[in-house]
Amino acid sequence: MEVIKDIRTRKGANLNLKGGAEKILDKTVSPTNFAIRPDDFFGIAPKLILKEGAALKLGSPIFFSKKNPHIKFVSPIAGTITSVVRGPKRKIENIIIKASTKQDSIKHSVSGWDKKNRDELKSLLTSSGNWPFIHQRPYGTIANPTDTPKAIFVSTVKTDPLHGDLQFILKDQKNDFQLGINLLNKLVDQQVFLGVEKEFSDYFESIEGVQHYTVRGPHPAGNLSLHIQELTPLNIGERIWTVNAEDVANLGRFLSSGIFCPRRTVAISGNAVENPKYFQTTIGAELQPFLRKVGTTDKKIRVINGDVLTGDDSTSNCFLGYFNNLVTVIPEGDEYRMFGWLPFVDNNILSLSNTSFSRVFNRKGFDVNTNLNGEERALVVTGEMEKLFPLEIYPMQLLKACMVGDIEKMEALGIYEVVPEDFGLIDYSNTSKIEAQEIIRGGIELMINEVG
Amino acid sequence: MNLIRKSLDKIRKPFGKGQKLEKFAPAINAFDTFLFVPNHTTKKGAHIRDAVDLKRTMVTVIIALLPALLYGIYNTGYQYLIQTGSPFTFLEAFIHGSWKIVPMIVVSYVVGLSIEFGFAVYRGHEVNEGYLVTGLLIPMIMPVDIPLWMVGLSTAFAVLVAKEAFGGTGMNILNPALTARAFAFFAYPTYMSGNKVWVSEATNIDAISGETILGTLAAGGKVNYSAMEMFQGSIPGSIAETSTLWVAVGALILILTGIGSWRIIVGGILGASFMGFLFNLWAANELMSFSWINHLIVGGFAFGIVFMATDPVSAAQTNQGKWIYGVLVGIFCIMIRVFNPAYPEGVMLAILLMNVFAPTIDHYVINGNIKKRRKRWGTSVNQLKTI
Repeated sequence: MEVIKDIRTRKGANLNLKGGAEKILDKTVSPTNFAIRPDDFFGIAPKLILKEGAALKLGSPIFFSKKNPHIKFVSPIAGTITSVVRGPKRKIENIIIKASTKQDSIKHSVSGWDKKNRDELKSLLTSSGNWPFIHQRPYGTIANPTDTPKAIFVSTVKTDPLHGDLQFILKDQKNDFQLGINLLNKLVDQQVFLGVEKEFSDYFESIEGVQHYTVRGPHPAGNLSLHIQELTPLNIGERIWTVNAEDVANLGRFLSSGIFCPRRTVAISGNAVENPKYFQTTIGAELQPFLRKVGTTDKKIRVINGDVLTGDDSTSNCFLGYFNNLVTVIPEGDEYRMFGWLPFVDNNILSLSNTSFSRVFNRKGFDVNTNLNGEERALVVTGEMEKLFPLEIYPMQLLKACMVGDIEKMEALGIYEVVPEDFGLIDYSNTSKIEAQEIIRGGIELMINEVG
Repeated sequence: MNLIRKSLDKIRKPFGKGQKLEKFAPAINAFDTFLFVPNHTTKKGAHIRDAVDLKRTMVTVIIALLPALLYGIYNTGYQYLIQTGSPFTFLEAFIHGSWKIVPMIVVSYVVGLSIEFGFAVYRGHEVNEGYLVTGLLIPMIMPVDIPLWMVGLSTAFAVLVAKEAFGGTGMNILNPALTARAFAFFAYPTYMSGNKVWVSEATNIDAISGETILGTLAAGGKVNYSAMEMFQGSIPGSIAETSTLWVAVGALILILTGIGSWRIIVGGILGASFMGFLFNLWAANELMSFSWINHLIVGGFAFGIVFMATDPVSAAQTNQGKWIYGVLVGIFCIMIRVFNPAYPEGVMLAILLMNVFAPTIDHYVINGNIKKRRKRWGTSVNQLKTI
């Protein structure tokens, strides 16, 4: 196998948290309720096709995006829509589906797919509900089917805290994965890049039709923004597509069966979980049965779809998200700490700053909670963000440009090359407790509305 | 702890949302968060947060300042007592110093914090911790015999004009503590320069001479202090600036905790050494031929470069910019000392000057990044036709 580049970075930090999932795959839990949350798809405006009470097959379109009506979002399960939960301004928050015992599915004709031209393939993917698996850069939104990207990136390298191990998740899915890669190759002019760990397994080595690259370094080394910068930096007006590794296998399974495949292998981890492990289930599954199975230790917990840095709080709305291979459960931290602001006290709290001995004393890992450990303040400290940010971008200056909504400056400082998750570690570590991801997300929304 | 918490919650009640004293909530919050790290949890963004916050950062700076402050208090007494000729103990010197300096610190904190609290209530934001450091710095860089009302007035000027007028903490262009000193320096020059003000009671007792080394040199005189004395700090000068040794301890704390920028400190020392060395070669007068090593350990240079130039808000913000900024502070500091005998203390003006130019330095550093990106865009062949 030829590795085209070995990406290395020193900037960043691995957060050593307790509660990593044990490599046991449990397929026995069968939840009955499922939900699709339009907020999982950044930047779309959902328009419902079906109403409450409608019967669904696996793969029935439920809604589409008003901005691009070709892209259908389909049901991950056969059943009935029990309710459509709406928030302020009648925004659709959740579409809840109760599974039926009989599992019907919509079957698409996929025979001879490799003979089809690009447009036919795209319309097959959009109508069958597979298109939302494909994301684009800039902005991290769902890709526009009319574009042709300059490259497609798939990465099996994860560095986020308590991340699920993709080699473990995909270990029995090699043929599906290869089929998915073949499909992606038909959608792009140049190449498909596949990121693998430096100590890669034979598995990914033998995948064909991709340019392999390896990645080493602390979080956020696993983020695609870094890989793109190092291999083929994104310029203004260009598009790059990205697909999650398990979704490549899902696309492959679709091609072999003609049925939309919503498989999701998820690591349920975190220091509020008694027996963290992996489950194979379906996108949108309710999480309660899984949480009962692994057991949770604290009374007040927060269930996060994704990792502790970038995930969504799903405590009150406990369904598995559309894209994440990780659910993290940690205790809430709404407690006071007397004189906790003194340097070098409370060393049990994870800190990347040298004003705490935490990393010296606590080598085995940290119990974390959701306390803000302070209050929001003016931006005072400089240089701390750059240490954790491997991209060739000035993070604080970009944040300030986003705060004031200066589009020209945001563009010049590299807004096209980042997604909010790149600022997850900055969110965590910055002294002033500013919400960096929120600010970047706001900036990207502004760019989408003003520039497109 | 629970008892204190409960009584605090009780006191807080009238300051709650929709209550009578809601407007004054920032004031009570400042006291509350001084006792307790609040129970706030993350609402958006990352779900876990680092233990560090602005309070912890600022308190670390105060800890770094303490060695220099304590030595400064002792040295104030020492300079006075040694000239009176009577034998004295360490404790007596320390008590004399405290009697002079503690009131200055109290005045600075009371005046500054009152203004800060007022603005926090008026603008409806929380009280920022930055003033905890500024308020201690102001007396530390004043001559010991300055009247208290001048300390108060300079403090008020610094907080109002240098900080709040620009939008408060994080927005100021000039370092507030140095602005206070510059205000006093230009408004009351007789209290801030000359050969009478640098030793306690020198203005009142004729027998006591209160001239600094740089002042002596500027006047063309010979210096009677050894390099060791200059390094230890048993020389006349502003309250806490004299001891390079204890300033270096503070610098070590700042660098090890990562709070002070080592780039600025190292850059400043390099710049000042370089400039001092050049002047040594020229050696046209006493100040020029004053050894470049001695330039680093007399006057306010060490204190200024460690505690003032590293103020993250008024310094350059990019890593490259910090190098340039630090080196230039060093160069200008020695240049002002040597070329302008009216201001033998160059570091204050050098830092204030570079504070003004820091955004320009950053602008050019960041422009380098932008140009690189634009150049890449220009060579791109993959752009979509739709755009």
